[in-house]
Amino acid sequence: MYGKGIFKGMWVTLKHFVATFTDDFRMIGRKYNKAEGIEYRMSKDVKGIFSIQYPEEKMPVPEEFRFIPFLLYDTNEDGTEQIRCTSCGICAKVCPPQCIWIEQTTNPDTGRPVPEPVEFFVDIDICMNCGYCAEYCPFDAIKMDHDYEMASFDRIDAHIFNKEKLLKPAEYYAEIRPLNWEREEIIRKEKAEKKKAAEAAKAARAAAKAEAAGAE
Amino acid sequence: MTDEKTIEVPDEMRAQVALTNMADLVKGNLLDKPYNWGRRNSIWPMMFGLACCAIEMIATAASRYDMARFGMEVMRPSPRQSDMLIVSGTVTKKMVPQIVRLYNQMPEPKYVVAMGACASGGGPFKEGYNVVAGIDKYIPVDVYISGCPPTPQALLNGFMKLQEKIDSQSINRERWYDKEDPIEALPVPVLGPDIMDPRDYAMITKQAKA
Amino acid sequence: MTEELVVTLSALETRFPDVVKKDERKGYEGFLVDTKNLVEVATVIRDELGYDYLSSVTGVDYLEEELLEVVYHFYRSTGGKSLVLSVQVPRKKAVVPSLYDLFISADFQEREAWDLYGIKFEGHPDLRRILMWEGFEGFPMRKDYQEAFFVEDQKPFANRWPEGKVFRSEDENQFGKNVQYPKGFDKPKKWDPEEEDLLYAGLQELGKKDSGDLATDHVVVNMGPQHPSTHGVFRMAVVLDGERIVALKPVMGYLHRNHEKIGERNTYLHNIPFTDRLDYLSSMVNNHGYVLAVEKLLGKKGAVPERAEYIRVIMSELTRVSNHLWAIGFLLNDLGAFFTPSLYAIEERELILDIFEATTGARMMNNYFRFGGVARDFPPGVLEKLNSIVFERLPRKVDELDVYLTDNEVVASRTKGVGVLSPEEAIAHGVGGPVLRASGVPYDVRRADPYSIYDRFDFDVAVRYHGDCYDRYIIRIDEIRQSLRILQQALKDIPEGPVLLKNPYNIRVPEGESYGRVEAPKGELGFYIVSDGTANPYRYHVRAPSFVNLTALEKMCVGQLVADAVVVLGSIDIVLGEVDR
Repeated sequence: MYGKGIFKGMWVTLKHFVATFTDDFRMIGRKYNKAEGIEYRMSKDVKGIFSIQYPEEKMPVPEEFRFIPFLLYDTNEDGTEQIRCTSCGICAKVCPPQCIWIEQTTNPDTGRPVPEPVEFFVDIDICMNCGYCAEYCPFDAIKMDHDYEMASFDRIDAHIFNKEKLLKPAEYYAEIRPLNWEREEIIRKEKAEKKKAAEAAKAARAAAKAEAAGAE
Repeated sequence: MTDEKTIEVPDEMRAQVALTNMADLVKGNLLDKPYNWGRRNSIWPMMFGLACCAIEMIATAASRYDMARFGMEVMRPSPRQSDMLIVSGTVTKKMVPQIVRLYNQMPEPKYVVAMGACASGGGPFKEGYNVVAGIDKYIPVDVYISGCPPTPQALLNGFMKLQEKIDSQSINRERWYDKEDPIEALPVPVLGPDIMDPRDYAMITKQAKA
Repeated sequence: MTEELVVTLSALETRFPDVVKKDERKGYEGFLVDTKNLVEVATVIRDELGYDYLSSVTGVDYLEEELLEVVYHFYRSTGGKSLVLSVQVPRKKAVVPSLYDLFISADFQEREAWDLYGIKFEGHPDLRRILMWEGFEGFPMRKDYQEAFFVEDQKPFANRWPEGKVFRSEDENQFGKNVQYPKGFDKPKKWDPEEEDLLYAGLQELGKKDSGDLATDHVVVNMGPQHPSTHGVFRMAVVLDGERIVALKPVMGYLHRNHEKIGERNTYLHNIPFTDRLDYLSSMVNNHGYVLAVEKLLGKKGAVPERAEYIRVIMSELTRVSNHLWAIGFLLNDLGAFFTPSLYAIEERELILDIFEATTGARMMNNYFRFGGVARDFPPGVLEKLNSIVFERLPRKVDELDVYLTDNEVVASRTKGVGVLSPEEAIAHGVGGPVLRASGVPYDVRRADPYSIYDRFDFDVAVRYHGDCYDRYIIRIDEIRQSLRILQQALKDIPEGPVLLKNPYNIRVPEGESYGRVEAPKGELGFYIVSDGTANPYRYHVRAPSFVNLTALEKMCVGQLVADAVVVLGSIDIVLGEVDR
C-alpha cells in the first residue's frame, strides 16, 4: 500500500515523542538534574530524548577531558609556593601548533639556568587542546584543565595566558583528576625516595672518601 | 531639570528594577529593558558552518544541548533574516570575501560570535599561507569563544555572554539607531596575488615603492 | 618486495627495457618511468596487468636534486598491494603528460599538483588552480616557498624556548595580517580577478546548446559556498537548461588550511592531532591511517601490542558507526526531512562521543593513537558502558532507523534511480568507500589489503548494485551493522596487557617512502610520507577520500534536476576539512 512506509515512520516518531515524556514522569521525585540522574538518562535504557538544562545543570565532565593547559604548584609546609615546572622546554617542543613560550631563568651570579621559568605563556588562540604538553611533561608540572567556560568580549589581552594566570594549586588537580593524581603521586614518591637514597649514598660515599683520605 | 538625583541600586536588584526619570523616558530609555529582553531571547543565528566547529554547533542545536532553550533554534540560511553570525571554524583567505559580504547583508542590529581558536586568532592553522589569523581583522567580533573545538556547553556559555552584551545596550546609545550617521558597508577584500583589503591599498603601493 | 610486484616488474621490464627501472633510492618501493613513456606504460598497466584503479597522484619537491617528482599509486580493483610509479622532471621545466584520458580519477589530483607544485600536466582538459585561487602568487608546497608568518623550516621553533618572548605573528607583519605581496606589486586598484572568468568559460564550453529553433539560454547557478545543503563551504557552479543540469563544476578550496605544508614543518608526532582535523567526523580513523604509514617506516620499533590493536579496531569501528549515523541523518536533511532523522542520529552519536570523551579526552579531536599503540587504556567503567551500547542499544537503534526510513515512499522516490554511477565509471573515477560499493564493486581496504588485525574478524563487505542514491543510503545502514559485528567480536576477544610500550617525544624515522591506507568511513584514506631520516617528514600527503569521490559528482549530476544535485552530494557524504585539507 502506498503510504505505509510514511505511517510506519510517523509511528516511530510518535513513540519517541511519548517516550520522552514518560521518561520525564519516571524521573519525578528523583534527582533528575544531578550527576546520577544525567548518567541514567545517557544510558542504554532510556528510550526518549533528553536535554541538559545548561547552565542550571551541566554534563558531568569525565576525568580525561581536556581543554586549556595550566601549571601546577605545590604548597610547602611553610606556606611558600613551589612551582613544579623546571622550564626544561619539552612541552614547548612537543606542542604541535607551537603555542607555548618559555623564558628560562639564569642565576645572575653563576650565569647558569635555574629550574624555574621567569615567564610561561600559552596563546590559547593557537592552542589545539591536544594534551601533548601534559602527556610528555616529565615533572607532572603542566596539566589539562576542565574549565571550558571561557567566553570573553576581548581576545587581545585575555587570550594570552601568562604564568600568573596559568598557575593553579596541585590540590585543584587532585580534585579534577583523582585517579591520575593517585597514580602519579605513587610514582613521584618513589622517585623522591630514590633521589633521597641516591643522595644519602652519595653523601656516605663522600664521607667514606674523606675518611679514607684522612686515614692516609 | 538640573537637580537630577542618582539612586544607588544594589547589584542583586539590578535585574528586577527598572529605574528611570523623566529625561530618560523622553529619550526612550524605559524601553530598553523590555526591548532587550525580547531581543536577547530570539537571536536567530545564520545557518553557516565553516569547519570542525560547525559540527559542534549542530550538536548544540540538537536535542541534548538544545539551543531552542535560548530562543536560537531558528537557523536562517539567509543573512537577511539572521541576527547573529557564528564564525564556526577556520577562516581562509579564499572565504573571507564571502564572509564580509554575508556580514554586510545582515540587517542591524547584528552580532558576530567567533567560535573556537581558529575564528578568534587563527588557531593551530595560523601559520598557513591560506589562513586568516582571526576574523576580527575583517569584521567586528562581539564574543570570542576559546577551545578547539569548544564543547557545546562552551558554546552555550558564549551565547550567554552575548546575551549579557545585549542587555547592556541601550536604544539611544547604539550606533545603528542613529539616523544621522548611517553605517557604511565594510569593504569586501579582493583576491589578488594575496588577499587585499581595500583599506590597505595605500600601504601596498607604499611597500612596492620602498 | 612482494611476489606480486616481482611478477609485475619482470613483465614491465620485458615490455619496456630501459624505460621502467626499479627505484634504487633507500627505502623506496616503486618504479621510475621515463616521462615520455608514461602514458604508454600506464595503458599497459591498466589493460594488461589489471591495475585499473588509480588511487593517488601527488607531487614531491626534491629541492637539492632540482627535481620535481610525480608519484602514482595504482591498485587492482580486485584487491592486493599497490604499484607505485614515479616520474621525475626538472624543476625549471616541469611538464608531465596527463593521465586524465586513462583514469578520470587523476582529474582533481593533477589539478592539485599543478596548484601546489606548479607541475604542468599536458593534455589535461581543465588545468586550473583548485585549492587556491587563479592569480595567487607562487606554488606554496614547493620547498622554497615561505608563507607570510614564516618562522623556521621545521618545528620546534627556536624562539619558543629557552628565551621565549611571546609575540603575535600578525604584529610582526607590516600589514598586521597574514599577507605578503610580490616585489613591486603596486597596482592593487587595477587588479583584474580572473578566476571566475576561466571557470565560466569552461562551463560555457561544456553546456553548449546543440540544436533548437527556439531562442533559449542556459542559466549559471552558483550553489555555495554558503548554502544550507553543501555540508560546509563547498560550491557547485551549475549550468541549467530549465531545471535540468547540463554541466557542473565543483569549486573548492574554501577550507584549504594548508594541512600538508604545516605537516611538513611539523615533527612526526605533531601531525597526529592535525590529522584529527582532516575528516572531523571520523578523527580516529585518520589517526589510524597516519600512524600506520609511520609505523611501516619504523619497522620493529613501531610494533603494536595486542590490546592496543584491539582498541584501535574498536575505536575505528565506533567512528565509522558515528560517521554513518551522521551521514544518514544529514542525507535525510537534504531530502527535506528537516532535522527529525538527524536528531535521532545525533542522539546515538552523542552516546558514542561520550565514550570517546571519557577515553580520549575530547569529543571530536581525539588525538588518541600513538606510534606503537594508543595513548591510554580505557578508564574504569567505560568498557561496561561500551558493551551495553554495542550489544544492546545500537543494534536496536539501527533497526529503528531502518524501519523508519528505508520503506519510506518519499525517500524512495527522491533517491531511487537518481545519480546512477556504473561500476566501470566508479572505478575509472577512483571513488571509494560506500560510493564504490553501492555501485557493485566489493572493494574494501579492510579485506582487499588487510591492515591492523582486520583479518581476524568475521564480517561481510557490504555491496549494493544499483549505484543510485538509494543504494548509497542503504549501504551505510548495512555497514553500521557490519561494524557492530566487528565491534562485538573485538569486545569479546580483547586481551589484557599494555597499550603502549614506549612513548618518546623525539621520534626519528628511517629514510624511505611509505603509504599507509585505511578504509575510512568515506573511502580509502591514504597517507603518503617521504622521510629523509630526520624528525620531520620531508613529504606528507593525504589522499583524501572525499576529495577524490567528488570527481564523480559531475558524472552523477548531469542530466538530473537541480534539486537532485543536493541529494547526490549528500549521498557522497563529503567533509570539507578533508576535501580542501
